[in-house]
Amino acid sequence: MVAWLGFGILAGATVAGALGTVTSRNVVHAALYLLVTLIAVAGLFLMLYAEFLALVQVLLYGGAIVLVLLFALMLTRLRGGDASLDNPQKPLAALAGLATLALVLGVVLSTQWPGEQPAGGAMGFAVWGGGLFRQWAVPFEVASLVLLVAVIGAVAISRPGGDE
Amino acid sequence: MIPVTAYLVVSGLLFCIGLYGVLARRNAVLILMSIELMLNAVNINLVAFSRYLAPGEFTGLVFAIFVITVAAAEVGLALAIIIRLYRNKATVNVDEIDLLKW
Repeated sequence: MVAWLGFGILAGATVAGALGTVTSRNVVHAALYLLVTLIAVAGLFLMLYAEFLALVQVLLYGGAIVLVLLFALMLTRLRGGDASLDNPQKPLAALAGLATLALVLGVVLSTQWPGEQPAGGAMGFAVWGGGLFRQWAVPFEVASLVLLVAVIGAVAISRPGGDE
Repeated sequence: MIPVTAYLVVSGLLFCIGLYGVLARRNAVLILMSIELMLNAVNINLVAFSRYLAPGEFTGLVFAIFVITVAAAEVGLALAIIIRLYRNKATVNVDEIDLLKW
């Protein structure tokens, strides 16, 4: 019962924040609604006994990514006010979203999923570290390379006066 | 106990809201935020499946870590491109960025 209560609060916060993100008329409010969603998703990770991921979610998404998005919003001031935030194709977009939702929910609800409850017990950081640096060592290094390339690319693209 | 279906429903809702945002928004930064919503929906799915269907293994959790990594790289690059576009065309409205249209 308590689990359902917690799940309901987190799921409600997730969906409400997401709706706020896509419907808000103010870009900074949209970023703050996104923050609500990201923190609530971290709570869902905690309920699934994935506390390391919850930590990463709060640090990386809640901290870094939202901060960078807010910086971008400040650097790109809007002309013509906030009235031009949405496309004229908004009804079609809503239709596409609802159709996809119907498809996904239909499949999810009509399937018999095995497994009644999440594997209990927190997964220790030692287990994580061991797996990440032994079994997944090569993908881990590739991921760090991707990040390096992305950082260098971002610097090269946004460098002022680089119109050669 | 909460069934895995509950997590899948939340994830589906989040994904479709993100899809709506990508299609309906006009500001490039807001489109990027909607993409973040969709990536988070995928992460919920990966973690839920990993914990319910394959307890003891954590392949799904590692995948979620990699999704977060790629999302971070994507945000960094996309924002560099957006700022560059803003400098060149003084707009982040994706309807006006139509140089490649004919």
